[in-house]
Amino acid sequence: MVVSEQLDAFFTEKMKDYPTQRSFLVPMLLYTQDELGYLSDEAIAYVAQKVNLDELEIRNVISYYSMLTTKPRGRYNVQVCRNICCMLRGSDEIGAHVKQRLGIAHKGTTADGMFSFEEVECIGACGWAPAMQVNYDFHENLTAGRVDEILDQYRSKSSL
Amino acid sequence: MADLVSHPDEVRVVSKRFGQGAADLDRYLAFDGYKAVQKALSLGFDGIIKEVKESNLRGRGGAGFPTGMKWSFVPKESAKPKYVLCNGDESEPGTCKDRLILEHDPHSVIEGVVIGGLSIKAKVGYIYIRGEYRYLVDIMRKAIADAYARGFLGKNIFGSGVDFDVYWHTGAGAYEVGEESALMESLEGKRGVPRIRPPFPAVVGLWGGPTIINNVETLASVPHIILGGGQWFAELGTPKNGGTRLFCLSGHVNRPGVYELPLGYNLRKMIDEVAGGVWKGHKLKAVTPGGSSTPVLTADEVDVGMDFDQLMKAGSMLGSGGVVVLDDQTCMVKYAQRIMMFYQHESCGWCIPCREGTDWLKKTLNRFHAGGGVKKDIDNIQYLAENMLGRTFCPLGDAAAMPTISIVKKFRKEFEDHLEGRPCPYEKGVVEQLPVLA
Repeated sequence: MVVSEQLDAFFTEKMKDYPTQRSFLVPMLLYTQDELGYLSDEAIAYVAQKVNLDELEIRNVISYYSMLTTKPRGRYNVQVCRNICCMLRGSDEIGAHVKQRLGIAHKGTTADGMFSFEEVECIGACGWAPAMQVNYDFHENLTAGRVDEILDQYRSKSSL
Repeated sequence: MADLVSHPDEVRVVSKRFGQGAADLDRYLAFDGYKAVQKALSLGFDGIIKEVKESNLRGRGGAGFPTGMKWSFVPKESAKPKYVLCNGDESEPGTCKDRLILEHDPHSVIEGVVIGGLSIKAKVGYIYIRGEYRYLVDIMRKAIADAYARGFLGKNIFGSGVDFDVYWHTGAGAYEVGEESALMESLEGKRGVPRIRPPFPAVVGLWGGPTIINNVETLASVPHIILGGGQWFAELGTPKNGGTRLFCLSGHVNRPGVYELPLGYNLRKMIDEVAGGVWKGHKLKAVTPGGSSTPVLTADEVDVGMDFDQLMKAGSMLGSGGVVVLDDQTCMVKYAQRIMMFYQHESCGWCIPCREGTDWLKKTLNRFHAGGGVKKDIDNIQYLAENMLGRTFCPLGDAAAMPTISIVKKFRKEFEDHLEGRPCPYEKGVVEQLPVLA
């Protein structure tokens, strides 16, 4: 199987909460991606079979949602919010700093596969701007110095 | 996670359990938890709707539609199952309040969903939380499981003979899904493209069944209304605007954060006192009063009570309660450009005025801000935006147009300044000059 047995069993169970087979599709894609890093051809084929739809229909859904990706990403996806509240408090500088620090552009991945970078729309941290998410973790009230500390923490975490 | 703030003017209703560990079921029970749903069971569906109508509770997601009225539109009898859908797809820029409710008081949302369900005789509710809020999905999953373990959800809740199930669901990144019909599409496992209305969800909703869809804050208010009474809640606010609201104060203020204030609270006071004034000793230039989609107010227009009707009269909207404060150093063209960039990114592309309109507006505003503007662009921006208004399936087109129109009308001079001091006279040395079109 493409995903772990545990995840597959979780999907089977959760699908019972809905009257139609495809209803849990969007979360299923996200949880599959969380486990595999991205939605590979094999992952798409697995999900299609799971919800009894054509692969084309699965791809059609994937292309709508901005968190879903069919391309591999770094282990830590650094998502800097660029929307108005963060912009007003310096997110342009934060974004530029991350790019410079990691040496990659928007949607790029470092050569060692450790980090990816993305400018994203509002992540719901407006009152604690500027903010970013690394994978699902929120980091708020950012400064360039704070960003360096955070990136270092992730780097050392992965070398453990 | 996100820091909590406080101010003496706050009236804590929805936020009263914040910081109290009430995500834990026993803590929640110690704070009157699950008493409202038991009272609601004894009130019956008509009794619930009567209280909610009396409370003058209006939708906290943005539109401000009276909640009791929305619930009363659901037909009493239906061949198809009825549903409650809690909209936790909070993504309107400037809005970060549902996040706190889901983090600190998830059981109040569950309780609101059950009470909403009882009012329309539904048996199932779904709580949809945006994909980025994974830690809140995990908190909600635990809260729901805990409630089932105590028999508060499932078969025969509180020995009433009534069955009620609540399920969690999550998105995967899409602002558009916050629109109610797109939300239903997403929950059904599809692209979040809006449905044409009528029929409205109250008649034909999830999987074709009658459905009520309410924002997290709306539903979290409901248990308090049931316990305190509709009249008590109504009196907290202004006429036809019951209760309090979680205002998200952000941008150029000294003490940003989420504050719960009565509806009708003065906006100037909110900025100067609650949020500690404009930062760095700067002066106020403008305010977005209700999330990025609402028309901006100038510094001269902020003596206004923050409720749905007073803001409407002032030419704007209360929206989602996201108050974004802009100081006098801000470039309004850049602000307009940034808003449009967002809506262009989020437009689902289903209908043409929004898909093409946001794209043209984004390109024009980008070029204009980067010193590539010509005089006729200013009227063109306004013309394009005005032609999107009311011509789209869902309100995303309006959401993109309204702030744009207000910025061009109220800050036209800043656009003209960009023609004189290219590229941007407000951000010297920051913006790269683009060629001027002939």
